[in-house]
Amino acid sequence: MITVLLAIFIPFIAACLVPFVHKFLTGRKIGWFVIIVPLLLFILLLRLVPSLSHGATYTYSLPWIPSADVYFLTYLDGLSMIFALLITGIGSLVVFYSIFYLSEREAIGRFYTYLLLFMGAMLGVVLSDNLIVLYVFWELTSISSFLLIAFWFHRKQSRYGAKKSMLITVTGGIFMLAGFLMLYTMTGTFSLRELIGMRDIIAADSLFIPAMLLVLLGAFTKSAQFPFHIWLPDAMEAPTPVSAYLHSATMVKAGIYLVARFTPVFAGHAVWFYIVSCVGLLTMLWGSVNAVKQTDLKALLAFSTVSQLGMIMSLLGVGSLAFASSESSHVALFTAATFAALFHLVNHSTFKGSLFMVVGILDHQLGTRNIRRLGGLATIMPITFTIALIGSFSMAGLPPFNGFLSKELFFEAMLSLKNANLLTMDSLALLFPIVAWVGSVFTFIYCMVIVFQSFLGKVPEPFPGQRPAHEAPIQMLVAPIVLGSLVLLIFFFPNILGTYILGPAMLAVYPHLGNMEGLVPEIHVWHGWKAPVFMTLGVIIAGTLLYRYLRYWKGVYRLGVLQWTLDRFYNGTLLRMERVATRVTRGYMTGSVRDYVAYIMLIFIAFIGIGLAGFQQFVFDFSNDAPIEMNEGVIVFVMMCSSVAVLFARSRITAIILNGVLGYSIAILFVVFRAPDLALTQIIVETVTTVLFLLCFYFLPEWRAEHRAVSMRWRNGLIAAASGVIVTVVALLVQGHSLYPTISIYYETASRIAGGLNVVNTILGDFRAFDTMLEVLVLFIAGLGVFSLVKLRRKKGVDRPEEK
Amino acid sequence: MILQTVTKIVFFIILTFGVELFISGHNNPGGGFIGGLVLSSAFVLLYLVYDIETVHRGTPFDFKRVAALGVLLAVGTGVLSLLFGVPFLSQSTREFDLPVFGETELGTMTIFEAGVALTVLGVVVTIILGISEDVE
Repeated sequence: MITVLLAIFIPFIAACLVPFVHKFLTGRKIGWFVIIVPLLLFILLLRLVPSLSHGATYTYSLPWIPSADVYFLTYLDGLSMIFALLITGIGSLVVFYSIFYLSEREAIGRFYTYLLLFMGAMLGVVLSDNLIVLYVFWELTSISSFLLIAFWFHRKQSRYGAKKSMLITVTGGIFMLAGFLMLYTMTGTFSLRELIGMRDIIAADSLFIPAMLLVLLGAFTKSAQFPFHIWLPDAMEAPTPVSAYLHSATMVKAGIYLVARFTPVFAGHAVWFYIVSCVGLLTMLWGSVNAVKQTDLKALLAFSTVSQLGMIMSLLGVGSLAFASSESSHVALFTAATFAALFHLVNHSTFKGSLFMVVGILDHQLGTRNIRRLGGLATIMPITFTIALIGSFSMAGLPPFNGFLSKELFFEAMLSLKNANLLTMDSLALLFPIVAWVGSVFTFIYCMVIVFQSFLGKVPEPFPGQRPAHEAPIQMLVAPIVLGSLVLLIFFFPNILGTYILGPAMLAVYPHLGNMEGLVPEIHVWHGWKAPVFMTLGVIIAGTLLYRYLRYWKGVYRLGVLQWTLDRFYNGTLLRMERVATRVTRGYMTGSVRDYVAYIMLIFIAFIGIGLAGFQQFVFDFSNDAPIEMNEGVIVFVMMCSSVAVLFARSRITAIILNGVLGYSIAILFVVFRAPDLALTQIIVETVTTVLFLLCFYFLPEWRAEHRAVSMRWRNGLIAAASGVIVTVVALLVQGHSLYPTISIYYETASRIAGGLNVVNTILGDFRAFDTMLEVLVLFIAGLGVFSLVKLRRKKGVDRPEEK
Repeated sequence: MILQTVTKIVFFIILTFGVELFISGHNNPGGGFIGGLVLSSAFVLLYLVYDIETVHRGTPFDFKRVAALGVLLAVGTGVLSLLFGVPFLSQSTREFDLPVFGETELGTMTIFEAGVALTVLGVVVTIILGISEDVE
């Protein structure tokens, strides 16, 4: 299905076009061009929803690098669909919102380029079937997130937050890649769908646990699970639309996606259940407890996102038990947990997105997000207040908002653990609901903080912001209103969402159950006086009491604050690593080219020497060699003379000329041996190098006689002699052996396959085009490197531009 | 003065030679890399004989951009082959009947090689210029 492929590529193409279109659509008008992309994709994807709900899936395969088993296989099923709809749907709203949020002075073109880059990468993550392709997109989301967090790069905090998020998520990603490679060694495939089919093979393998842990590490770092959550609060330095989009609705959910996606591969094992659910619950508790003490509204929302992500994660952990249960009634109980996870995933995106936008509005209108300086805004900004009320109450789990429904399902899932016969865990079965309940109480408290401390109470004096505050312009309110209405709509019609969107996704998580029957529980607003209802009531009562007397017990936060030790650990590790790296680098970077050449040669000698040592048959076969002609002998003699003479040259120019003699003699040798390509290249390279040499003359120090220690000279002489011997030995050995069948026959067909008679060129341009392309890239990067080193040297006493 | 006059002519001879090398590379010795090198040596000659400002006036383009264009071409042909549903970087050729050249074979490899040539040209001139401008 080409739509799916387009969904990945259109954002990238649009990102390339943004700088050009920006010339015509100046200022923030460029946003209207950008918004077409997510909107169009959203509609295209929406059209596929009905067929997906009947169990259809769409694949589209494109061989990318088939020789390395990397296929660009897109795969759209229910699970991908939820995420793709969130990415494009929330994406449209965020772009719309950002058009009015950003001021004309900002680098708007850059902002939208990054945003589109992210959109494409994120769609790539959820729509790829090949693990390597998924990994590439995964890291691309980290990079685009880095760029977006550092959007205001003149701020030190932004740069710090960007670096932190990048380091943590990319490190996790690399671990995940290692996990993928382990999966490949187990099964021989990178395809997700094939992996799911080989569940039993993977479970029996000794690499099962390591691979699982590595994949989970990738998921946990991305989804800001404890103890990797520390990057998310610092990521709030990004512009608010970015926080709403990347850091609450989409990117941080990539980890959730990965866990859900790999549930059919790994689930059923006790380790998977314990790690996913315990880390999730701990994160939920930790995030919500920390959120209460925040005074910056965005930091509060960041911790609440951490907490909510933990809640979804723990639900997925409970859902994995369905693979270990045999009784159908229990299976239904545990699949309901996964259903709750997916349901809450959607709900969270709606209410958290709207809350972020509300905070953005406050920041935009008043210039502050500090709750101590806010208050009494309900009468001044009634619409904003209403949206904030809807969002917060939904997050707190109150009716009539969608968060209530998923919170009830959450409690039910936690209570269902007593039915798990997989493990002996009577005490845990009790502990889980309690932790969940405590976390929910704190969630309730910080939700109340958002609503009551910023919108009710007295208007603070002096009033923040220069102008008298008034309601935000309607354009900025559209997006949060849409999300707020969704919060209400989902509450009243949850089962439409359940059947059409969540059902197919459930099938993707539980493919072994065959069909959607029984996987989609009917969601009821009211289901009798059962335990979840009492838990919710308890949350409301305890939460209200605690909120009421918040100022009396807030001092508790000053006691043990693990948050700061974690942050300190991160900062300390970074500092120590930098110190060690500096010391190591200083140790061998002497600044003397002679030393560097010695390193290179030593490594060459070591590796080839080891290789030769393992090589048994030293046979020098001279029988096939052509007789040496007189003229060849002369050329070689000239070469030898000139190279020896270099050693005794008294001035640098003599040395260069002698070196040139050597080079041109080689070229002549090539001519004699009828290799015009090599001869041509050699001559031109020699010419250009000589010019370069002459240019560098200016910078080189006086050519002095060496005053180095004798031992040093011996060392260098030894290295030189050893490398010469090794090259000679290898050259002679190659003549006498044919370890592999000759490949030249293959190239006889070159003209037919590649349409060229010049074999060298067909190799460069066709058979090994991948190498050539990368070489071109390397050359380009090297050129830019030289240019920037020479041109953009920092003048002393001038500040670095980013610190101005 | 003599050198300058000679260079004026030789420059174009070298340029032509570079292009010729590049085009003939498909079936005869030559190719993108060497073509690019020859082209850049022509420019280096110009810079040696005239001063940088004069040449800058004559060549109103930035060599960094030339290099970037080259990389774009080289990578672009690879990506384009993806869009046509064939593996990354697979090349194809077709016979064209062009008005001047007669029966000519054109392949995407030529574009790829052009990318290589432009990158080499851009990078070499950028490096040499960068260093030589620093001297002044």
